[in-house]
Amino acid sequence: MSNSVSALNGASATGFATVRDMGLQGMITVRGDLSATAVKQALASALGGEMPGAGHINPSDSGHTAWMSPDELMVLVPYASADAKLAEITDGMGDTHHMAVNVSDARCMFAVSGDDALVREALAKLMPVDLSSAAFKPGQFRRSRMAQVPAAVWMAGPGEARIVCFRSVAQYVFDLLKGATAPGSEVRYMA
Amino acid sequence: MSTRLANGGRLLDRGRKVDFTFNGKRLRGYAGDTIASALLANDQMLVGRSFKYHRPRGVVASGAEEPNGLVGMGTGADFEPNQRVTTTELFDGLTCTSQNHWPSLDFDVGAINTKLARFLFAGFYYKMFIHPRPFWKHVYEPIIRKSAGLGKAPDQRDTDTYEHFYAFCDVLVIGGGIAGLQAARSAAATGAKVMLIEQTAHWGGRAPVDGGTVGGQPVDKFVDDLVAELSAMDNVTMRNRTMGAGVYDHGYALGYERVGDHQPAAKGPRHRLWRIRAAQIVTATGAIERPLSFAGNDIPGVMLASAVRDYVVDYGVSIGDRTVVVTNNDDAYRTAITLKKNGLDVPAILDARVPTQDSPLMAEAKSLGIRVLMGHGISSVQGVKRVTGVGVCSQAGEGAVLEEIACDVVAMSGGWSPVVHLWSHCGGKLIWDETTAAFRPDVDKAPTGAKGEAFVTPAGAANGALSLGDVLSDATTAGASAAKAAGHSGGDVTAPEAEQIDEAPMAQVWMMPHGAGIKKRQKAWLDYQNDVKVSDIQLAAQEGYESVEHAKRYTTLGMATDQGKLSNINGLAILSDALGQPIPQTGTTTFRPPYTPISMASITGEARDERFMPIRQTPMYQWHVDNGAFFEPVGQWRRPYTYQKPGESIEQSVSREVKATRASLGMLDASTLGKLVVTGKDAGKFLDMLYTNMMSTLKPGHCRYGLMCGENGFLIDDGVVARIDDNTFLCHTTTGGAESIHGHMEEWLQTEWWDWEVYVANLTEQYAQIAVVGPQARATLEKLTGDDISGDALPFMAWKDITLAGIQARAYRISFSGELSYEIAVKASEGRALWDALLAAGQTANITPYGTEALHIMRAEKGFIMMGDETDGTVIPQDLGLHWAISKKKEDYIGKRAQARSHVTDPRRWQLVGLETVDGGVLPDGAYATAEGKNANGQRETQGRVTSTYHSPTLERGIAMGLVLNGPDRMGEVLEFPRLDGTIMRAKIVDPVFFDKDGEKQNV
Repeated sequence: MSNSVSALNGASATGFATVRDMGLQGMITVRGDLSATAVKQALASALGGEMPGAGHINPSDSGHTAWMSPDELMVLVPYASADAKLAEITDGMGDTHHMAVNVSDARCMFAVSGDDALVREALAKLMPVDLSSAAFKPGQFRRSRMAQVPAAVWMAGPGEARIVCFRSVAQYVFDLLKGATAPGSEVRYMA
Repeated sequence: MSTRLANGGRLLDRGRKVDFTFNGKRLRGYAGDTIASALLANDQMLVGRSFKYHRPRGVVASGAEEPNGLVGMGTGADFEPNQRVTTTELFDGLTCTSQNHWPSLDFDVGAINTKLARFLFAGFYYKMFIHPRPFWKHVYEPIIRKSAGLGKAPDQRDTDTYEHFYAFCDVLVIGGGIAGLQAARSAAATGAKVMLIEQTAHWGGRAPVDGGTVGGQPVDKFVDDLVAELSAMDNVTMRNRTMGAGVYDHGYALGYERVGDHQPAAKGPRHRLWRIRAAQIVTATGAIERPLSFAGNDIPGVMLASAVRDYVVDYGVSIGDRTVVVTNNDDAYRTAITLKKNGLDVPAILDARVPTQDSPLMAEAKSLGIRVLMGHGISSVQGVKRVTGVGVCSQAGEGAVLEEIACDVVAMSGGWSPVVHLWSHCGGKLIWDETTAAFRPDVDKAPTGAKGEAFVTPAGAANGALSLGDVLSDATTAGASAAKAAGHSGGDVTAPEAEQIDEAPMAQVWMMPHGAGIKKRQKAWLDYQNDVKVSDIQLAAQEGYESVEHAKRYTTLGMATDQGKLSNINGLAILSDALGQPIPQTGTTTFRPPYTPISMASITGEARDERFMPIRQTPMYQWHVDNGAFFEPVGQWRRPYTYQKPGESIEQSVSREVKATRASLGMLDASTLGKLVVTGKDAGKFLDMLYTNMMSTLKPGHCRYGLMCGENGFLIDDGVVARIDDNTFLCHTTTGGAESIHGHMEEWLQTEWWDWEVYVANLTEQYAQIAVVGPQARATLEKLTGDDISGDALPFMAWKDITLAGIQARAYRISFSGELSYEIAVKASEGRALWDALLAAGQTANITPYGTEALHIMRAEKGFIMMGDETDGTVIPQDLGLHWAISKKKEDYIGKRAQARSHVTDPRRWQLVGLETVDGGVLPDGAYATAEGKNANGQRETQGRVTSTYHSPTLERGIAMGLVLNGPDRMGEVLEFPRLDGTIMRAKIVDPVFFDKDGEKQNV
């Protein structure tokens, strides 16, 4: 484990909000018929918590579960337990048709923290999504794009945004967020 | 002369003086000035030269419609051309220079063009391109080039920052004049989320200048109250200095915010491009006054009547001491009255109309002692760089001068045109309003959304309502109906009562005087910036240009940077008259975004420098950077082409890498290779369809090279497939194919074989992959692992999970170089650690990291094909001698049917061979082998072409692969390849495998 390094190794930058590489984060992609009882049971026993509805992210026993598409979930668990959790899901599924793969290393997770309105505004410079507090509440999960790359976003709490992107573009996304939070560029639309 | 008045200037802060320079001259204005008002306050009327004739040009307008006042602003990295003086706010230290003049603004050699006016007629370029041909190149072009051009391009990089912002609202109100404010209030009262944007720094538009009362109080007080009320509302966002630039499908609009233009020292972006998604849009964009067409209407000092009034009221600037007002409507009387009340002289109002009785405004002007000449107009304006007087004539006649009036300003008004641009951008239609002689929105033919519903509502003057009372009631309705359409209702706002001032009807005056002869028409300007005159449009009509779009392009009317804001209606009225048809039949040209020019940088937004585009980086990227990697782009990845050592050329570096790898040990960052996991009970069946060869028979623990074709049978990708377990395969794709092949698989699964139990995931980035290549590969890996990786335990084309340097790894024994080779996949987060461990372990074996060029050379030495080199979208596996990789047993695979088509089975298709140059040199890439004779186009016949070509460091000679007619049957024949320099290279057809034909090196 000591050899493992996230894409930006915890880099951070502070402007009118703080941008931070959150380090290694366990992530498992699960695909299957999410309405099938066998799938639901396997996931419930492995993860705990409620299954998220479309466009949402729910807390689980050891992390979060996010809705990615009608047949896909993203399971967030501590990095070190990803393989064990993956095995648990796979075992629980038995012969049920599904896919479960560890994608922890294919991704990078950022936090953008600060004043709630300013955090939302910084992201709204880059993502074509209505991120106002009325339209995008904690518990909602959105797959979209950030400038020229795919990204997913959710609010972990007031003034706490989380962004997941692909590992190879971590530096690009970090630079984007750093630019979007540059002091003096506050938009003051959502405040 | 123009000067600052002792009093007045509602937008000025006279307590704050602002210094600036124009053409190097130090001048002073006040905070609140625009460049235009400050220049005029300093008697700088002349601001530029026209595009074609280099005629002296002064400020004509006071807003976005200004055609003449364009300057280059700033210096060095801050320089920007074509800044409009009427919309640019003054700040301390501003520097600007006039454009389009040589050698100086006051003395311009190009002005000689005006003497050549009869040679620079309408359609000049079109005619001169045609005949006489040599004249264009040798005579006209050099002259035109010298005098053409508007502004200079900046010669340094822009150091400012720019950004985008995505905003969402129920109702977007464009325009913060009195109509926009009232529409916003009416919409906001329903609880709708309202955004109100205004292009200038001020709210209220021109209502405070035009005056009047609302609800018994002066209109400017009404505006202040309205602004305060809206500012206090949580559901309303107000943004000034933000222009509505364009309206697009589905309620999408662009707002162009000039954040830093007026405060260049402030932190933050200079411009912000708002990308707004609104359920409904209200266009409260006002109206623009039209000039009148009379001889000399372009002489500096001739201005729009409303602008003359604006400069007095807004900026306390008098354009001159004596102003002659010329008009076809009542509004211009307000200018005369304003001037008179400010102590300035108005020798006469020339009114083209002959009313039966005086309107209230006429009566007021007369009561102030202003001489009003009804039925009169201007025969011609006197003066060169400044108006000195006008000749008065009857509007009905041919221009005989009845008297001359000395003056230094002519304030003209030809009526008002609603600003219908934003209404029209997305398909809103217009109707011709005969009483106001203007096109206004046809509200029954609005721009429509996805459900066919109207999503744009015009309000106020932009909807043709010109009086204060009409504007307010129209805007109130517009705001409420837009909110309702956005799903919000209630909140009844009633339109406030406004003082109603009756105005006499305007008269349509398109030429002054009506019977003006050709000499006058040649001096009556329509488009000031592009120098288009009444006579030019008439000539175009005479020459058969009946469509307004054609006439526009032929004459360049409205094609300058002001996009014809002043000239469009006048021009098409002249065209209609010349064609003898009513104006609505002629129609307008198309209105396109942006409303006024926006900076290129605002469109770019954040996408510059390190944010220009995403550069994908592998986990070992930093090592590559630190160790002299010369990168090449591969899709969005940057891969090391070679690692140069100090003093090495690229060629020497590549050669060293190849030799070291073949001799002992090399390593390659192969992380970019696509890695798609395919899982499910039908995974084998699925892969049998995707690949030309059989994959379902592959045993777990083993690997197989496969080819993928598209539906047309042509190769689209290749790679090694590893079977992980009964239901799971890992498909390696090319670097560039990872995303597209993933999409290809998903498409087939989602559209054709939706009932097959298969899932695919793209795990390309989950793993770092390192190729360890060369005779010392196994020995080196054995230093790092206790697992058995002997030839028996891990044979060629097998894979095995091992622990390497303490890291969980999967070793694939595959080779793209012909050497003993392992590709080691580990979790990306541990990629760098493994890379470092391998480097250390390989020290004694002279481990040599190599780049993509060495990779390419080694595969070419072995005759392995490369997607994109040997294939180009028209090549089938059979062309490449890959019949062995096409299953004969399978009933079907993607591309099978296409490969049975006659052209594809044609034995004359060029086939892959090796090419060995006779002199040992390197063939040019893409070179063709010539054949005897010529084809139908008179070109030399060909019989083959080079697909890959390299200097082989191993064989110390040029090697190449190519596709050649009947190639495999012609071994030993020598082909001729002409080079670009005319010489010919000869190459012998050989087997494409140049090195280790029996594969002894990789099979140890």
